[in-house]
Amino acid sequence: MRTRKNFSLAALCLATVGLHLLTVATGTQFYLTQLTMAAYYGLVVIGLGVLMGYAGQISIGHAGFFAIGGYLAAALTTRNLLPFQDAPPVRILDSLGLLVSGQDIYGEALLTVTPWAAGGLAVAAAALVALVIGVPVLKLKGHYLAMATLGFGTIVYRLLLASPYFGEADGIAEVPAFVLLPDLAGFGPVVVSGGADHRVLNFYVAWGTLILGMALLLNLIGSRVGRALRSLHSSEEAAEASGIATAGCKLQVFVLSAVYAAVAGVLLTHFNGGIGPSEASVMKSVRYVALVAVGGMTNLWGTLIMGVGLTFLSLRGVFGAHDDMVFGVILIAVMLFAPQGILSLRLKELARRLVPGGRA
Amino acid sequence: MSLDLFFQYLFAGLTYGAIYAIVAIGFNIIYNTTGIINFAQGEFVMLGGMISISLMEFIPLGYAIAAAVLVTMGIGAVIEILFIRWLESPSVLRMIIITIGISILLRESALHIWGESIRSLPYFYGNEITTFNLGSVHISPQVVWVIAACAVMMAGLSLFFKSTPIGREMRACAANRTAALLCGINTRNMVTLSFMLSAGIGALAGCVMSPITYTQYDSGASLAIKGFTVAILGGLGNSLAAVAAGVLLGIIEAFSVTVVPLAFQDAIAIAILLLILFVKPHGIFGSSEAARLKDF
Repeated sequence: MRTRKNFSLAALCLATVGLHLLTVATGTQFYLTQLTMAAYYGLVVIGLGVLMGYAGQISIGHAGFFAIGGYLAAALTTRNLLPFQDAPPVRILDSLGLLVSGQDIYGEALLTVTPWAAGGLAVAAAALVALVIGVPVLKLKGHYLAMATLGFGTIVYRLLLASPYFGEADGIAEVPAFVLLPDLAGFGPVVVSGGADHRVLNFYVAWGTLILGMALLLNLIGSRVGRALRSLHSSEEAAEASGIATAGCKLQVFVLSAVYAAVAGVLLTHFNGGIGPSEASVMKSVRYVALVAVGGMTNLWGTLIMGVGLTFLSLRGVFGAHDDMVFGVILIAVMLFAPQGILSLRLKELARRLVPGGRA
Repeated sequence: MSLDLFFQYLFAGLTYGAIYAIVAIGFNIIYNTTGIINFAQGEFVMLGGMISISLMEFIPLGYAIAAAVLVTMGIGAVIEILFIRWLESPSVLRMIIITIGISILLRESALHIWGESIRSLPYFYGNEITTFNLGSVHISPQVVWVIAACAVMMAGLSLFFKSTPIGREMRACAANRTAALLCGINTRNMVTLSFMLSAGIGALAGCVMSPITYTQYDSGASLAIKGFTVAILGGLGNSLAAVAAGVLLGIIEAFSVTVVPLAFQDAIAIAILLLILFVKPHGIFGSSEAARLKDF
């Protein structure tokens, strides 16, 4: 089990390098931009995959967590704090060395939070919201749970649209680059930004994050917690009777998946240099659910492959004006004909041999 | 707040409340016969409005509305036959995802057929500025149409469910599907019928509200959330309580404008939904014992 997992992760690393080399060989390096974005969306999808497939809880509000991460990171790194520099919270941040001075595009003095601190705060905020929302929401089941999470996502969307601080319908632009690591080994700093000269670097940062996230989740579902989760999915009563603290388990996974969405939101916002309210829309949340469903609820590798693959095609504009329609059709078709995911169809045998953790 | 303003808000609340109630009844009809929450319910409302607006070019208003209701009922039946009828006891999660998929399909099809432009039916009587006065309160005649449509629909439905054989068969199906099957009722046909009925009701709501709220390809989603809020508030499956709950939500929303900015109005309705789900998920009129027996 463990060797197979490590083998698969190594294969994913190789595939990442392979993808890069493939774009170089075919002269299509511009694909790297969409591959980078697809990897970040993939991170959201695998986080949601564990929540839906293993803990058995649907969430039609994950775009809300993505948006909390992305929007807070964007706002904190772009909104000027100079007028508030004497306010206690700003002072505390300043004394901790978490503020940077700079100039905006008009040459005016600008005081903002550093990307690391902003990102950290954004992810922490998403985790906190998930915790507060999760306690009552996860007591619900079935339609009630779906509607409650849908309601949560819609509230986030509406609040973003109504707040001038978050740019209303325009969103937030001019988000600065995120220096993940300073120049350590003389190769230059590790920066998350959309500049053409950072394209290859960002591709590896994104896929590295995705691989790391995948490794963590695979460890989780192979662990005691993972077994508890699976028992929870098949029968909550039975799990409870076997001494599993079902409420706590569900809450942990809910918060974890929210953190995945928020991290993806932070990094993608810095990569794109901005974020708009469409990222928080219900359609985005539904799309994440669709990707998990296509990959197979209890098949994390399938979720990863389908999540990244379909998102990449969508970002390349392959589906054209029918983009949302395609996801609707996929959603219905998969649920009607292959509720275990597309990979469970003909590739069942193959999947069983190659994919660890998949119950195909 | 002056008394006049109070009544003005009250009537606005009543109007929207009636609309929400009709959407909620659509939810209830399908829920009662199948145990499914149809996430595409709001799209039926949108379709009713859009189809009647298109038909208005060829035939008079009354016929256009009747035709739109019939066409939407047909669409409801086709959807049920294609996507739901042949599934053997599907899980709740599967049904949620399928109906969400259907709502996306309908919405995107509407986008491709009618574009993004905002349309509306003309006022049934008079125009935008026609009002009649009730004391010192100004009321648009369309408000009367909406409330009357809601009342007629409620009366018609309760007559249908109580006095017609088909209505009684549908109620039997709602009470116990297996028992209904054993009594020789074709439960599958009843489910198709419930989809048609709920699509028709939604479409009629879409027509009467169109002059006031306008119709756009994506206007279904937020209506669906509010209709669901109302359905839950009244207790799922209870149509009479849904009317009371709808009026309650409409009035709360109307008066919320005096306290918070208009942009937050939707957020308030949803916050109420969450609050009810957390505190009293069986609705303010429902009993918790009945809720525990339901299939969730």
